[in-house]
Amino acid sequence: MAEKNGNLRTEEIQLNMGPQHPSTHGVYRALLTLDGERVVGVENIIGYLHRGIEKLAEDRTYTQFIPYTDRLDYLAGMLNNLGYVQTVEKMMDIEIPERAEYLRVIMAELSRIASHMIMIASMALDVSGWTAWFPPFRERERILDLFEMVCGSRLTLSYMRIGGVANDIPEGFLPNLEKFLNDLPRMIDEVNGLITGNEIFKARCQGVGKLDLDTAIAYGVTGPNLRASGLPFDLRKAKPYGIYDRFEFDVPTLNNGDSYDRFVIRLLEIEQSAKIIRQAISNLPDGPIKAKVPRVIKLPKGEVYHQIEGAKGILGFYLVSDGGTKPYRLHIHSPSFVNLGVLPLISIGETVQDFVVNIASIDIVLGEVDR
Amino acid sequence: MYENIEQLQLFFPEVTIENGIDMTTVNVPVEKLLPVMKQLKDNFGFNYLAGLTAVDYNEEDRIEVAYHLMGIPEAKEIRVKVNLNREKPEVCSVTSIWPAANVQERETYDLLGVIFKGHPNLTRILCPDDMVGHPLRKDFKKEGGE
Repeated sequence: MAEKNGNLRTEEIQLNMGPQHPSTHGVYRALLTLDGERVVGVENIIGYLHRGIEKLAEDRTYTQFIPYTDRLDYLAGMLNNLGYVQTVEKMMDIEIPERAEYLRVIMAELSRIASHMIMIASMALDVSGWTAWFPPFRERERILDLFEMVCGSRLTLSYMRIGGVANDIPEGFLPNLEKFLNDLPRMIDEVNGLITGNEIFKARCQGVGKLDLDTAIAYGVTGPNLRASGLPFDLRKAKPYGIYDRFEFDVPTLNNGDSYDRFVIRLLEIEQSAKIIRQAISNLPDGPIKAKVPRVIKLPKGEVYHQIEGAKGILGFYLVSDGGTKPYRLHIHSPSFVNLGVLPLISIGETVQDFVVNIASIDIVLGEVDR
Repeated sequence: MYENIEQLQLFFPEVTIENGIDMTTVNVPVEKLLPVMKQLKDNFGFNYLAGLTAVDYNEEDRIEVAYHLMGIPEAKEIRVKVNLNREKPEVCSVTSIWPAANVQERETYDLLGVIFKGHPNLTRILCPDDMVGHPLRKDFKKEGGE
């Protein structure tokens, strides 16, 4: 809208940020309406990575669909695997061997750590904290090496199976894992020294993108983003799935709900995930890693909704079966998709450089947004 | 605050309640959806919309919209279902109760063609704007399909 301001004529402009933009973390486009440097409107434009995974599911058997789940949140493949196989198992009434349950927890938490590391590194990078990019990525590489040891893949893992896991851990896995866990506090110290306490970083992030608790719940924000707004809500504690009720860990919370808190909470959660993994290692029983499952899986007619605490928030699978060998309908409720919905709200009134911080801090992954 | 979901029938005798494999399911007539949802949020503590999607039952000529609600922080769950006419699938938008429904209703509109009345901006979200049809409908023709 044109406006007379003294002798200068100013007007709002529209700016396309993305889909090819280094700080949109993938093929996401924001249509910004700007008044000078200030953001007065944000429209999320997504769908560039839409592969129709839900439609594909209707033509795949229950087992065949597992590899597709890797391609949702591709930074935390194990968690998607876990959510999906548990959904199918919920309808099958089978008992998962103890060893498989513990291995699942170890892998899922490693995935969570890896995902949080990406968030920490890329948020640091987005505010030009180049040095702080290295420690998380260096350590994440070791997680990917561990994944490679158990399943041969680093990113698209497909490690979980309906009824258990694909392979047992090879020799040398546990010592490597232990070494990784021992080195983890050093990485957190490095990040804290390089960026968390950094004046410039604080100035860029504190008070930016404030999200209060009521708004967060109303907009369906979950996961670390919700916990950074002050509510200790974690499905692993609130409604434990698998064997999560056997572990002792804290649910860290922070109260400001700004971008800075959303950053710090991830560091705190990494520590808790490490704590869970240590307990899982020390209690890891011997035994089989896969339950006896029929070669052709047929589910009874009906529907089931299963939610797990993903790396970005609550990940839900809604599975409708018509009694056949393929899902009649599979809906994936992805946390990134819903969390992205609150981004315009928290960004309006701030500057473009704050918008970059906000995208990084709500931690979206486009594979999961677009599906 | 009411604890027992059966008490919902005191307010709305027309709803039916059944026990699913995973959680209680409430079937609601389409015209009563908005007041039932408001009641569930205000007096039953389901303050969080955990999921919203639809399923196309083309052989039964209906589209079923399924809402998954959760109470935070107790993590209690409930499913609410409404059945819509497949030729004219229209239902009230719940964005006024949960703003979280905004993007999820757009997605359901995009993929299944359900019209959410009262939605502030019911446009396609994942598929291209000029696309014809709704891909998650069972009769959607897949290119190169059998």
